Amino acid sequence: MLDILELGAVEARAALDSGEISAVELASAYVAAAEETAGLNNYVALTADHALEMAAASDARIAKGEAGLLEGVPIGVKDLFCTAGYISTACSNILTGFIPTYESTVTANLWREGGVMLGKLNCDEFAMGSANETSAYGPAINPWQAADGADLVPGGSSGGSASAVAARSALLATGTDTGGSIRQPAAFCGVVGLKPTYGRCSRWGIVAFASSLDQAGPFSRNVADNALMMQAMAGFDPKDSTSADVPLQDLSAAVTLGVKGMKIGIPSEYVLDGMDPEVVKIWQQGQDWLRAAGAELVDISLPHTKYALPAYYIIAPAEASSNLARYDGVRYGKRVESESLDEMYALTRAEGFGEEVQRRIMIGTYVLSAGYYDAYYLKAQRVRRLIRNDFDTAFETVDAILTPATPSAAFPIGRKVDDPVTNFLNDVFTVPANLAGLPGMAVPAGMNGDGLPLGLQLLARPYDEATLYAAGQVLEDAAGFTANPIRRAGGVQ
Amino acid sequence: MTSNLVSGVSGEWEVVIGLEVHAQVSSNAKLFSGASATFGANPNQNVSLVDAAMPGMLPVVNHECVRQAVRTGLGLNAEINLISVFDRKNYFYADLPQGYQISQFKQPIVGEGKLRIDLPDGSSRDIGIERLHLEQDAGKSMHDQHPSKSYIDLNRTGVALMEIVSRPDMRSSIEAAAYVRKLRSILRYLGTCDGNMEEGSLRADVNVSVRRPGQALGIRTETKNLNSLRFIQQAIDFEVARQIEILEDGGEIDQETRLFDTTTGTTRAMRSKEDAHDYRYFPDPDLLPLVISQKEVDELEMGLPELPDQIKDRLTADYGLSAYDAAVIIEERETALFYEAASEGYDRKLVANWMTVELFGALNKSGQTLSKCKVLPEQLGSLVGLISDGTISGKIAKDVFAVMFETGSDAASIVKEKGLKQVSDSGAIEALIDTVIAAHESEVAEYRAGKEKLFGFFVGQVMKQSGGQANPGMVNQILRTRLDK
Repeated sequence: MLDILELGAVEARAALDSGEISAVELASAYVAAAEETAGLNNYVALTADHALEMAAASDARIAKGEAGLLEGVPIGVKDLFCTAGYISTACSNILTGFIPTYESTVTANLWREGGVMLGKLNCDEFAMGSANETSAYGPAINPWQAADGADLVPGGSSGGSASAVAARSALLATGTDTGGSIRQPAAFCGVVGLKPTYGRCSRWGIVAFASSLDQAGPFSRNVADNALMMQAMAGFDPKDSTSADVPLQDLSAAVTLGVKGMKIGIPSEYVLDGMDPEVVKIWQQGQDWLRAAGAELVDISLPHTKYALPAYYIIAPAEASSNLARYDGVRYGKRVESESLDEMYALTRAEGFGEEVQRRIMIGTYVLSAGYYDAYYLKAQRVRRLIRNDFDTAFETVDAILTPATPSAAFPIGRKVDDPVTNFLNDVFTVPANLAGLPGMAVPAGMNGDGLPLGLQLLARPYDEATLYAAGQVLEDAAGFTANPIRRAGGVQ
Repeated sequence: MTSNLVSGVSGEWEVVIGLEVHAQVSSNAKLFSGASATFGANPNQNVSLVDAAMPGMLPVVNHECVRQAVRTGLGLNAEINLISVFDRKNYFYADLPQGYQISQFKQPIVGEGKLRIDLPDGSSRDIGIERLHLEQDAGKSMHDQHPSKSYIDLNRTGVALMEIVSRPDMRSSIEAAAYVRKLRSILRYLGTCDGNMEEGSLRADVNVSVRRPGQALGIRTETKNLNSLRFIQQAIDFEVARQIEILEDGGEIDQETRLFDTTTGTTRAMRSKEDAHDYRYFPDPDLLPLVISQKEVDELEMGLPELPDQIKDRLTADYGLSAYDAAVIIEERETALFYEAASEGYDRKLVANWMTVELFGALNKSGQTLSKCKVLPEQLGSLVGLISDGTISGKIAKDVFAVMFETGSDAASIVKEKGLKQVSDSGAIEALIDTVIAAHESEVAEYRAGKEKLFGFFVGQVMKQSGGQANPGMVNQILRTRLDK
């Protein structure tokens, strides 16, 4: 019997068009799966009725031969995206109960192409975190379990998105990536995640974390599905001044191109002291796969890599401290009443923002203050330029770069939460692409000895997502990664 | 040049003034949102999602506001920066929804320029412009609507302002007022700001310090948000007197921001330098650097109207008007256009006189504006034409003008209808003179005995006899020959 939840998006589209399955059937199966796996806490709002209505409309369009790219495909939405009429809180208490009247450009694009909204997915509060542990809704859980049965983090900040796609409670999901928030959870959950080139996907209607780094992207269970979703969600948007008016390549076609003759860079600076040997091994494995498929491997140097994390942890909090100033209790969201305006601000923001968000606001405020601006913010911006220059130089000789996606596999919930600096290191391989504005993709490449997924990261030139899809498909084919997380078996309460 | 020095108890002081003028850009929409920028709507009617800083909303620059800033820069003979940058100025206030104002800090759209001010004595002087930048206005907090709560109106939030910063080149409150008057005039000519100070479209922050002549600059204070020329002068005069008194008493000036009290005409401290906000400026990451092409700047320059200084130069050099009359005529573009149309083909200087004295006097008295005035430019011109060709006297012309102002009729038809045509027939005038001489024999004798000031009496009598219509020049001439023979 057909297991409807095991269909990929491309396969599901074919099955829908052929009439083998209906959109309502597919949406119902996903709603049921989301309800069954509610213990993973990856949904913060399941919009079942809305999903079934949208699915019925999809069936009608399919019948009329008017199907869009994603017609009838059930999609989960990170809670950072504003969805008209549905709660949109960035998983923060300060936005408790906030229901926007407007739809983000990216989700509007998905619905325009026939996507079916399943609900809102858990994430780190204001996307600040690498383990989905800062969410006001509590942590989302990785459907993969540790060998000892302990609950693992799904990564973050788009932890709910990665968890839901891996757990088969969403066929596709949106995420956002500011320093690795798509690629790291994708790697932790054994799914495919793309951070597009900065400017590819409109930021309009997405709660801002760090405007110069934030970029929306797709989660899927395979590379071809990812290309399909990216094709639908990306595009120039005049409502976002940083949106790029650069034509999108044919990404679904790119999936079949292979890597023959492609030059792939291997950066020496991504070999870290004390890195998990299993991560080193999978990275080597990835290189061998690409070489076997006809790519030429080239040793490259990205000399300013070691400054990426410090620069990121100045720039991102600086922008965040300003972006989050609007949550002041005056117009919407939480307000703690007080006699004085200043006290109202202080009480509202102290109660509304969690610890990690407050920490970053304070760091950001500090690095922008008079007398510190030049030493921190301005210097970090110069470092950012150098990092981009590193990549530009590398891309003069290579077409793509292969690195590990994360320094380790998923870790147990609560393990690192008390040590912010160690948590920050999760982003060490992913942050440079955000600073440089480059596209990056995480692809599942294998399992470690504990049976947990490990991912590889591919980076390419700005606006060259096609190369990522071509190389990503080669890695996917070679890895033959088909394992399902055990949660799928119903092990979740 | 007249001295602007102020005498204190202990000697003379030089006043140093710089102005920051906030001019609301004339545009349909706000600087970064599509909401209407018109004045006078109901509270919170002109507010978009962007203005209210809803989550996920992004600013998109309204290019018309950019063009208006460039036009203004060109009108101020200023350098246009083809690349400029929007920064965020961060501070918390209830009427600032984003928690920051988008402004331009390090790289403004317009750099150095200059503005020529016209002083009451007819002289002119150049004042340096340091920069012009674009920024968002804040909303309005209303503290008088409820006993314990404040109300917020976001209509003004996000409306485009040009902040125009002068060099500290002004030396008296009169010069400061002349600067604002001229700036307002240029903005109105350009159509880049309506200059309506009462509605807050144009407001000034004044930086004032005093020093001994030739010494280094003194410590300055900044008095915020002055929305009339009178308040600007009052605030400066008060600050000058206050600062001189403190310094002469051996005190020091605190560098501080002050508020002007319109009821008392005094200023008071608002916040000191120590309490100054740390605005944490940084480039707005939601906006790319603002790039304009030289081609667009050139096109905007081609489209500029003739500006007040150019017109003034023409009026004084080509038409021979006094600097004062020219300055009065050119302050408003509408007036200048009226003058050009009225004086075309007539005595330019005489038309200027009639405009500045009779027409402006009548408008002032009746509280009318030029645009509502019934007298059309051509009509004023033909009235002056009737004086020039001797059809009517200047005195009669005043009566004719009064009727024109009331009814909007042509001067010629009023003259005809009321039979006011000047009598220039020498025979008729001689007859009138004979009658007057015959009726005043004793006065004639006194005059001939040397009481020459009686001449005016005879002129008056003749004019009276003529019903004011006799040509006064001819009356004078003929009367003299008759009396002196």
